[in-house]
Amino acid sequence: MKKLVIYILLASCSLLYAEEPSGKAILEKVDANYIAENRKVVSTMVIKGRRSTRTLQAESWIQGVDKAFTEYLSPAREKGTKMLKLEDELWIYSPSTDRTIKIAGHMLKRSVMGSDLSYEDYMEDPKLSNLYDSELIGEEKIDGRDCYVLELTASKEDVAYYRRKMWVDKERYLPLKEELFAKGGKLLKRLTINEVFKVEGRWYPKRMVFKDVLKSGEGTEFIIDSIEFNVEIPEYIFSKASLRR
Amino acid sequence: MIRFLIKGLLRDRSRSLFPVLMVSAGAFLTVFLYSFMKGTMDDLVNSNAKFDTGHVKIMTQAYEELADQIPNDLALLKVDSLLEQLRSSEEKMVWTPRIRFGGLLDIPDAQGETRAQGPVMGLGVDLLSSESPEIDILNLKNALVRGRLPQKENEILISEGFAQKLGVEIGEGATLIGSTMNGAMAIYNFKVSGTVRFGITAMDRGAIIADIKDVQYALDMEDGAGEIVGYSENMLYDDDTMLALTERFNDKFLRDDDEFSPLMLSLSQQRGLREYLDLVDVFGGIIVFIFVVVMSIVLWNSGLINGLRRYGEIGVRLAMGEPKGTLYRWMIYESIIIGFIGSTLGTVLGLAISYYLQYTGIDFGAMLQKSTMLISNVMRARVTGWSYVIGFFPGLIASVVGTMFAGIGIYRRQTSQLFKELEV
Repeated sequence: MKKLVIYILLASCSLLYAEEPSGKAILEKVDANYIAENRKVVSTMVIKGRRSTRTLQAESWIQGVDKAFTEYLSPAREKGTKMLKLEDELWIYSPSTDRTIKIAGHMLKRSVMGSDLSYEDYMEDPKLSNLYDSELIGEEKIDGRDCYVLELTASKEDVAYYRRKMWVDKERYLPLKEELFAKGGKLLKRLTINEVFKVEGRWYPKRMVFKDVLKSGEGTEFIIDSIEFNVEIPEYIFSKASLRR
Repeated sequence: MIRFLIKGLLRDRSRSLFPVLMVSAGAFLTVFLYSFMKGTMDDLVNSNAKFDTGHVKIMTQAYEELADQIPNDLALLKVDSLLEQLRSSEEKMVWTPRIRFGGLLDIPDAQGETRAQGPVMGLGVDLLSSESPEIDILNLKNALVRGRLPQKENEILISEGFAQKLGVEIGEGATLIGSTMNGAMAIYNFKVSGTVRFGITAMDRGAIIADIKDVQYALDMEDGAGEIVGYSENMLYDDDTMLALTERFNDKFLRDDDEFSPLMLSLSQQRGLREYLDLVDVFGGIIVFIFVVVMSIVLWNSGLINGLRRYGEIGVRLAMGEPKGTLYRWMIYESIIIGFIGSTLGTVLGLAISYYLQYTGIDFGAMLQKSTMLISNVMRARVTGWSYVIGFFPGLIASVVGTMFAGIGIYRRQTSQLFKELEV
């Protein structure tokens, strides 16, 4: 009889444990959803500024977490502008001047194409579990979907945002909302995912809105037009020479 | 009578020399301090007017709120049409659009890689159109150190010190890395056509001047400008006229419900310059007041000492039957002559040195290395109509007032006691 009671207790505990995974486990699942060996993305950025709205389209090749290459396809003024990220270095190429400029220091804080995203955001390691300690602080519903609420605190120096609050869809392990804070506790940016889609067996954001709360305007809508995972990317893409090709 | 008084003063130097020197010194200091302060403040106002505020400036309301941050995303649009309206409705003014911007100036090597780089403040002005007033307003021909003024598109002027720091030569390329009106990164190639020395540390540290059309293209500001500045035709600032113009313009164009509607401000309404202008007047008044009070006290004291020294003389004159009133008046006449001579000498000396400093100035460049104010490194005096009288009349008044106080002692002398006193 004693054995039976102990068995039932252990079984209940394991069930409870299964229902409430740790913050770290949730974050790792989010990372697993996002990170791929490589991917090719065509995206549209709609920047809703204080006076006008601009739309930009770009094509990006991303390999792991260290290499990324983006080429702007439109509008005409930005067409041919390219960005290359190699580990912790970033270059931008301007076709009208034929100059390649390294973005470093305070320039990393500047806006990418006038959007609510900064070059720092572009440079950030997309694998959040590498940068943050995660704690599960509750559960809430976002647009009718059950979410875990995670609080992420930077485990490394030099991260763009010291603390993040993230609402992760319990079923799809996809963040539906995120708030990014400075070390002093000030809210800097807000991310809302408005539409998701399933591609090659994983859930991925389709439409999301970034809002730099320190900036005027309605924010920047980022739309994934197409995405392909694990495509073959020629090695030359991730070289400085490719910027001027 | 005057000849008699002058003879007396000249023969008794202790009666004339010291008071004249005192009055001269006071008048000199007043004239010089007033003229130098006036010159410095006028320089500050002129530098700001030329490089920043204009006699009037038009911006959007939203831009004006954040003007220190140079928010080009909030700049004026449809500038050509607004300029046309201004030129037809306010013909006695000179109107010109400007774009202020900041960023990095990057000097490439032969491979197009960064050779040198530095933060820069830029000014986009109309340099290439034939009717442009900017070359004269900014005094660019005289400020040119090397090379020539821009004559075609994409050419820029760069401050000489900055050019030396970056090691850039005339004819070399320079890339501006800044922000477009939309906040995107602006990268634009210029060619250095010449170097200039503005004589203002804040600008000589790192500034470029480019044609406004190039800047509009570089910053994606088609038909836009951060500001339109206006100057009176004679380039002299008159606050009342400019305030009236400001009121006329704002009545016509300013709308409360549109943060991008244009707002005009006069020079005195910008950057606290009204306070600076008032300060000059207040300081002028304070200097004169202090001079009169201090000089009166000093000359009073001097008169008392003189009175003691001339105790016998005054006693004899009173004993001989000279009325006290006559004696008192004679002393005042003497003080008028001393005040007149001292004030004239002091004013002449003050004017001479002020005129000298009006043309040569004193270079404070070494002390303004970290200055961000638009003030000339060479501070000059400025002689105005006030300079001629600001020391003269207070000198005269102080001399007379001092003597009037000291002379009161005459009335305290008792005629009956005079011979007794004289015996002693």
